[in-house]
Amino acid sequence: MTASPKSSLLTVDARTKKRNAAEKRFKAYGIVAIAIGLMFLVVLLTSILRSGLPAFTNTVVALEATVTQEDYDAAEGQLLKTAAYEALLVAKVNEFLTAQGSTIEVDEDFITDRLVPKTGATIREFYKANPDQIGQPVTFNLPASTRISRYFEGDLLREDVTDSRFLMVEDLDVVDEMIAAGLITTAFDWNFITGTDTAVDNPGGAGIGASVIGSFFMMIVVLLLALPIGVAASIYLEEFAPKNRLTDLIEVNISNLAAVPSIVFGILGLAVFIQFAHLPQSAPLVGGLVLTLMTLPTIIISTRASLKSVPPSIRDAALGVGASKMQAVFHHVLPLAMPGILTGTIIGLAQALGETAPLLLIGMVGYVAREYPDGIISGFVDSNSAMPAQIYTWAARADTGFYEKAWGGIIVLLVFLLTMNLIAILLRRRFERRW
Amino acid sequence: MPILTLLVVLAIIAVAGYVLGRRRAMASADGDMRKLHSLPSYYGYNAALTGLVPAALVLAVWTIAQPMVLQNNVSDMITTEVADDGALSLIMSDVRRLADGLDTAVAQGALTPAEAANMTAEGTDVRGTLADVGVALGSEVSQDVLGAAQAYRAGSATGNLIKTVLVLLIAIGGTAFALMKTTATFRARNTVERGVMAVLIAAASIAILTTIGIVLSLVFNTVEFFRLYPAMDFFFGTTWQPSFSGRGGASELGLLPLLWGTLYISFVALLVAVPIGLFAAIYLSEYAGPRVRAFAKPMLEVLAGIPTIVYGLFALLVVGPMLKDVFGGDGALGVAWMTGDRSVITAGLVMGIMLIPFVSSLSDDIINAVPQSMRDGSLGLGATPSETIRQVVLPAALPGIVGAILLAASRAIGETMIVVLGAGAAGRLDLNPFEAMTTVTAKIVSQLTGDSDFSSPEALVAFALGMSLFVITLGLNVFALFIVRKYREQYE
Repeated sequence: MTASPKSSLLTVDARTKKRNAAEKRFKAYGIVAIAIGLMFLVVLLTSILRSGLPAFTNTVVALEATVTQEDYDAAEGQLLKTAAYEALLVAKVNEFLTAQGSTIEVDEDFITDRLVPKTGATIREFYKANPDQIGQPVTFNLPASTRISRYFEGDLLREDVTDSRFLMVEDLDVVDEMIAAGLITTAFDWNFITGTDTAVDNPGGAGIGASVIGSFFMMIVVLLLALPIGVAASIYLEEFAPKNRLTDLIEVNISNLAAVPSIVFGILGLAVFIQFAHLPQSAPLVGGLVLTLMTLPTIIISTRASLKSVPPSIRDAALGVGASKMQAVFHHVLPLAMPGILTGTIIGLAQALGETAPLLLIGMVGYVAREYPDGIISGFVDSNSAMPAQIYTWAARADTGFYEKAWGGIIVLLVFLLTMNLIAILLRRRFERRW
Repeated sequence: MPILTLLVVLAIIAVAGYVLGRRRAMASADGDMRKLHSLPSYYGYNAALTGLVPAALVLAVWTIAQPMVLQNNVSDMITTEVADDGALSLIMSDVRRLADGLDTAVAQGALTPAEAANMTAEGTDVRGTLADVGVALGSEVSQDVLGAAQAYRAGSATGNLIKTVLVLLIAIGGTAFALMKTTATFRARNTVERGVMAVLIAAASIAILTTIGIVLSLVFNTVEFFRLYPAMDFFFGTTWQPSFSGRGGASELGLLPLLWGTLYISFVALLVAVPIGLFAAIYLSEYAGPRVRAFAKPMLEVLAGIPTIVYGLFALLVVGPMLKDVFGGDGALGVAWMTGDRSVITAGLVMGIMLIPFVSSLSDDIINAVPQSMRDGSLGLGATPSETIRQVVLPAALPGIVGAILLAASRAIGETMIVVLGAGAAGRLDLNPFEAMTTVTAKIVSQLTGDSDFSSPEALVAFALGMSLFVITLGLNVFALFIVRKYREQYE
């Protein structure tokens, strides 16, 4: 008998060390995997916030002007009315520069092309709408041009500026004076939230308001159709359906539809609603119909789960006191399952709100949503965009100024999604019952 | 009568039916509810539903069918040579627009109804007249189109009148019939419940209708496509080069480059998502304490709740430029593998991030379903936790995990927005993952957006692509669900 190798519980042998090291490594892989996942989330959210938040602010130039009645009449009497108002601003800026002790003189091109583009019309409209302000000093907060706002925010350095019709190097001296005097500031841009889409050459003026309305009408259609149909289908399948071929067929169909790629629903919408039924292209009604079909499986699956969670004793009790099966379901089971159904519906709606691919095919992307719908009917059937489609449109445009808008649009979209999910979570917390 | 007014009138008739039905039932029982077969409200519902449901059905069917029937009738009036169905459908859409335009003109008072019905293309400047009321027409109006539009208007006016009368008659007739039958012994509850049951079944059947709709819309247009373009060239062609200038012939529409791009990108996505998702699931279910789990699991699932357009933009504007900074010509490595922001790896990486929570929560469920006794047995024999996981838990969970990966693959293949924004536009059969390639879904989007002419092979090919996509993802899903189900039964 050979001497057995010395082994002791107190000293760890090589094999155990190896096994323990393998154990540690394996555990570390798991931690690393989760860390990578969370890191992706953080990177994603920070890049959204970093690139998107600037869309909510713009750089404004505060110019005080006093338009007297004579100025107003003189300006209205001219052929180029807006130019006359711009001339007033030029005088104002020159006065300011002299007061600051500067010797620079600016001309009209500086104001209208390089500092605050297309601004005469704004002033004219203001005085037409508020004639009582004539003769009073009024401070106009005018949106600065893209290059000047980039200079103000520090993205554009003086060394990088070359003279062009958009910005001359000497302009920056004037701008510096104005910044020093506190005339150029950053302000919250309400136009981004309430405004409409613009032509491809004006990224600064684009807003997401009209497409929020488009999404809103689409969600109304989805809610009005998907909720009743989904609940009715779930009640049938969960409470009444006999075990037969038809029921099996429906079940298989629902579980498969839940996994069909969303673009295929877009093809369905294009072929059935637009090609065949001639419904109007890019209308929220059509978008809503397509998204309804897409959301139905989700709603049916969650509704069935909440119907299933109502204990059978409730049904038995109702049947025992003489209710019909239908009465037991509609008077007792359904109200008890309602919080779960609503939670599932809100989550389904949130999913539909962010869905883009089907909307591309029914023409919501080519459409430039420049107007708010006129009324309720027009909100459903007139062409409009929707939030995700609007974001895609901006991302696909050549002018990189729209990218900022696209990121800003994503923040708006995510705020809506977050709110909907929070409501769903609160509903679940508040009303969930454990039987 | 406009459709909205008609709906309001229907609603009024239904409410009246309810009130009358209830009152009649109570009257027939001499005001004593106990003598009735059903609760009084059921008599009301019976009267309301018997009037409302058939009328609403007729209204819906008529509203959908009328434009189609009319169009069929007036299409014979187009005598000019039309090349094919596509050209005819374009002319018909002109006819509809013109008819709508005439309606608008009459509504705004620019034309009297008689003028609109009798005007001729030679006698008046139709286009100018309509432009004045804000209806823009693409081209000059020919006599044929104008005649067809006038016939269309006349037809739809008659049709609307008949529809209104018919629907109202049915509603009133139905309500009256139900009221007539309302007596104390009438089994109102059973009737109403039968009706409700029919509605429930109809709602459940919408799932079948949707599937039929998808299959039909794909099959019809695919067959149409294969009449114009040989099927063999589509399935085995190695070049994707659509041209919108000439019809047929000039375009090469091969599926293989697109399928290759799709599979390549999905493969990269799974390469990212499967290890991360799987290890995250293992850690969360086997190692993590309840607090870590309560924090990390929902955080990972946030990734699943973010819309795909966000990932698309992330790929295009963040990940693409970042990868180019590393692998591009002037990049950190100086290897010049990547020429543009869009590439297989850009789209694949971002899609992988999107799929992490999908893989991790499915695998988490499956790993949790492995019975604890199996772990206890292995640990009791002296295996370390990692040995237990690798040699006992994972083999037991393997079929389920494979199912989850297949489901993730089907997701990746069907994903659209990330590849539209991040993958590129040129179909290419290449091995370099830093090259831009395109996918089936991206091409469906690009072939169908902007162009409303559905008769060219270049547009119809999108339906054939959709069909291929549908068949592939359906096959994967059915197979994956089959595996997952089969596995679940083992331990239940």
